[in-house]
Amino acid sequence: MPTDPLLRLDEVYRTESRRAFATLVRLLGDFDLAEECLHDAFAVAVEQWPRDGVPENPRAWLVSTARFKAIDALRRRAKFAASLAFVATRLAGSREPISDDEFEDDRLRLIFTCCHPAIAPSTQIALTLREVCGLSTEDIASAFLTAPATIAQRIVRGKAKIRAAKIPYQVPSLADLPERIDSVLAVVYLVFNEGYSASSGHSLTRTDLTEEAIRLGRLLVELLPDAEVLGLLALMLLTESRRPARASSTGDLVLLEEQDRSLWNREQIAEGRALVARAVASPPIGAYAIQAAIAALHAEAATAAETNWGRIVAWYDLQLRADPSPVVELNRAVAIALLDGPAAGLDAIESLLNRGELADYHLAHAAHADLCRRLGRFDEARDSYRSALARTQQEPERRFLERRLREVSGQ
Amino acid sequence: MRYLLLAYSDEGVWTDPNELDAYRLESVALTHDLHANGQYLGAAPLHPVATATSVRVRDGKRLVTDGPFAETSEQLGGFFLIDAANLDEAIAIAARIPGARKGTVEIRPVVELPGLPQLN
Repeated sequence: MPTDPLLRLDEVYRTESRRAFATLVRLLGDFDLAEECLHDAFAVAVEQWPRDGVPENPRAWLVSTARFKAIDALRRRAKFAASLAFVATRLAGSREPISDDEFEDDRLRLIFTCCHPAIAPSTQIALTLREVCGLSTEDIASAFLTAPATIAQRIVRGKAKIRAAKIPYQVPSLADLPERIDSVLAVVYLVFNEGYSASSGHSLTRTDLTEEAIRLGRLLVELLPDAEVLGLLALMLLTESRRPARASSTGDLVLLEEQDRSLWNREQIAEGRALVARAVASPPIGAYAIQAAIAALHAEAATAAETNWGRIVAWYDLQLRADPSPVVELNRAVAIALLDGPAAGLDAIESLLNRGELADYHLAHAAHADLCRRLGRFDEARDSYRSALARTQQEPERRFLERRLREVSGQ
Repeated sequence: MRYLLLAYSDEGVWTDPNELDAYRLESVALTHDLHANGQYLGAAPLHPVATATSVRVRDGKRLVTDGPFAETSEQLGGFFLIDAANLDEAIAIAARIPGARKGTVEIRPVVELPGLPQLN
């Protein structure tokens, strides 16, 4: 049976290890060394904490212990490379962070480094999930339907690039921040999306990823409260607020229009709406802020029937002006259907599908099927539900689509 | 840390000799700026790719041919060798190279091999 100190250690491992890691990367200047020494520090904790009790500040204790392990390791390796002796000496003399703020600064440094534009986007995501969020290679691989070996290779290459090209471990200057924040926002949003609607597997959501993404979003708002950063955090909070209502007790998908709104998290909604107001008040607003504004309109409606679809369509119009993408057009078409009736939406979706861009997007086929179903065009609905099923691997979504398919097949 | 900045562009876009001269003057000014900061290690424009010669040695045999090693849509037009603290500094310098406005500047970190001759 684990004793109290070991339970606490387990908790510290889950909640504090990535913060400690971020600081160690700064102190040691190397990802792999930081990982190694942090691991050694936990090994020491397993022995010492049951004997001496849990330290008052576990995170600081970990950083301190890891640092000493690093000095030892570097001095051992210095026998083969004189430069490492210098690093060891400098490390021994450097000051440790004490305040929470300094730990948070190090986390920001880590995110910006992992999302540096000199690193390929797919590698940015893998690095961020691994180094900032602490996910295992296997978890990252299953989240993105890639082989673990591919993810591992990307991470190795990413770290090699950081080392060889000497990507600096720092938060960009104020002048460079607007340019650099875009890739960070994109990665954070990807992490959130992956958590909110897991690509594969049996569970509809992975709360560890959504929580991590929201935490990162808060850090970024503190750093740069511009419309898009505010918008992303708002969007994540408003989306997350619906999580308790999104899946039934059997893990089945519950559509927005059918969700029990009393289950929505009112605190997150209030925070999200306040952030939207701030974002809209500081133009120029972009895609995240607009999507957040739409999510806020859903959150404000006491029932699905009271949803202000007219204002939602107006937001999609605005979004299309800035970002004329087929997915945005699809979302707008769905809103049009709810505003002006299924036939109006169906025309828009059919012309989209005919253009071919959304041919592989299961939601386009699902939306088409749904509108056909509402219009009593069951043959076309059946075809489209089948097309949608062929394009998604997520279990709860598949069960939902299969149920609809049965409904329109007269069973 | 040393970085080699390689300026590539489509030779076809340099039709105006006055423009080329202006770009070269700007590059020279950049080298002096870098030199003042202790970042300049060398730079030069290159003669067009038509003047290139390629050399390969295979099985002890020397093979010499006319032209670059590969036909590409953008060709190497010049280089800067710099000393910068990190990649962001190198990127900031690369963005100032006039050729970056017409083509692409590739940044390659230099491997510091021990045992090379010291130049003054």
